[in-house]
Amino acid sequence: MITFDQVTKIYNGKEQQVKALDQVNLQIEKGEIYGVIGFSGAGKSSLIRCVNLLERPTSGKVIVDGQDILNLSAKELREAKRSIGMIFQHFNLLNSKTVYTNVAMPLLLANIPKNEVKKRVDDLLAFVGLADKANSYPDQLSGGQKQRVGIARALATKPKVLLCDEATSALDPETTKSILQLLKKVNEEYNLTILIITHEMGVIREICDKVAVLDSGKVVEAGSVFDVFSQPRTEIAKNFVRSVMHDEIPESVYQLVKAQDERHQIYRIVFVGSSAGAPLLSQIAKQYAVEVNVLFGSITELQGIPFGNLIVKFDGDEKEINRVIMHIHQQDVTIKEVLADVS
Amino acid sequence: MLVDNQQIVAALWETILMVGISLLFSFVIGLILGILLVVTRKGHLWENKVVFTVLNAFINIFRSIPFIILMVAVIPFTRLVVGTSIGTAAAIVPMILYAGPYIARLIENSLLEVDPGVMEAAQAMGATPWQIIIRFLIPEALSSLLLGITIATIGLVGASAMAGAVGGGGLGDLAITYGYQRFDTTVMLITVGILVVMVQGLQSTGNFISKKIRRR
Ligand SMILES: Nc1ncnc2c1ncn2[C@@H]1O[C@H](COP(=O)(O)OP(=O)(O)OP(=O)(O)O)[C@@H](O)[C@H]1O
Ligand SMILES: [Mg+2]
Repeated sequence: MITFDQVTKIYNGKEQQVKALDQVNLQIEKGEIYGVIGFSGAGKSSLIRCVNLLERPTSGKVIVDGQDILNLSAKELREAKRSIGMIFQHFNLLNSKTVYTNVAMPLLLANIPKNEVKKRVDDLLAFVGLADKANSYPDQLSGGQKQRVGIARALATKPKVLLCDEATSALDPETTKSILQLLKKVNEEYNLTILIITHEMGVIREICDKVAVLDSGKVVEAGSVFDVFSQPRTEIAKNFVRSVMHDEIPESVYQLVKAQDERHQIYRIVFVGSSAGAPLLSQIAKQYAVEVNVLFGSITELQGIPFGNLIVKFDGDEKEINRVIMHIHQQDVTIKEVLADVS
Repeated sequence: MLVDNQQIVAALWETILMVGISLLFSFVIGLILGILLVVTRKGHLWENKVVFTVLNAFINIFRSIPFIILMVAVIPFTRLVVGTSIGTAAAIVPMILYAGPYIARLIENSLLEVDPGVMEAAQAMGATPWQIIIRFLIPEALSSLLLGITIATIGLVGASAMAGAVGGGGLGDLAITYGYQRFDTTVMLITVGILVVMVQGLQSTGNFISKKIRRR
């Protein structure tokens, strides 16, 4: 649905050039919720703004719904933008207009007849849960409500793609959740392709199917959310994953780690699915002459699948422990990774 | 008192006429120039360095000439336009030349205050440059724009009084001819009183309307 092909964006500043995007390649399929994460200044906004040409790439190609948007005339581009909705961190609503007029605006610009506009806007406001706010002004709404207006407005022209630039960054966690749920609903009901830019890994975990990690204008890692969360390859991805997985080892456990020897070894077990972790441990305890102690554990849900992280301590004969490790390694289906020496 | 009520009412009417007509024309000129000043600047809808620079300099020149001098300096032009260089109609020409560039600046300021995010949203929606100006830029700036117009109107009241000093008619004329040159303090006080009430009324009305349409 959206293809970035060797997209480079260079800003010509007064003193220096800034390479905000460096030969970015990305492929976003129809109906996907695709997240792009990166630190401040990584180039995320530049990337998303290249999709509707709020920013023109310096080189490379951007294909949206089969159209090379860099080759469109001004008129064709305006036309194309009707099928690309966008929502913003600071909502960017017209303060001088009612909620109704804000949502109607894209339709008014397209000269849609008044009665059709009314029907469409009423439907949209009902969809985002603001049917009773049609005649309110933006300054009478909470942040979450403003973003709902923003979403309704973005959907007015029945777009195929929705761009979200830090759409929840100005909202509290509770409101963020409800807006993300709304985006999920949009995605499911209209089969809309959604591109989300964020610096919060929680947003990615909550609703994205795929994720790309952007660092200094380069995509350093990309894949399904599941793969990136379970096996982050780059240091930056690991940091982002750690920020939401809570798999840091507590200090008390760390003291034990330092004290380990051949007869007391500590391992990290990462497992996927509910039936994975606990049964394995009880099985080990039964089959081997090894005492199993769970020192720390956390379970996070990723796209509906539990994703666990256990720190366990094996007490016993060194040979026996090694057999246990062998056993765990053979469980290739459920055990993703076993790390010795967690320090 | 050397004048009667009728003369005062007639002078008041002349003042209102001068201010009203010159406001109308200078508003149209100011609006066009103000919008051009905004949209031709760097990174805006119709970025155009030449137009912007020329316009900017042109407005600065007009803005730096005191009204009393401007009035005299443009006499040939005034004569060309209205056929005479004295009287109410003749006063209106320099008043327009004075207020037009002033209003352009005020409008420019108001338009520049509009949240760039809103402009961005407009662009993302695929609005044409015209639609952006008419449907986004002006409505969002309207409240502050009205305050600017109020200030300009008050400036025009002042200018009309000055125009009176050189035979332009209106309250200023009355005050100078009778109040100043013939030492009639009552006439002086009455005209000053009327001008004060007028300015107060304009400012309060402007504030009221601006507040009514402000949503922020
Ligand atoms: N209009 C511009 N002119 C010059 N440099 C720019 C411009 N916009 C962005 N940059 C630079 O490009 C780089 C990437 O900026 P961008 O806004 O895409 O980052 P970001 O990942 O969205 O950051 P944030 O999370 O802070 O929004 C930064 O170094 C920034 O300073
Ligand atoms: Mg950004």
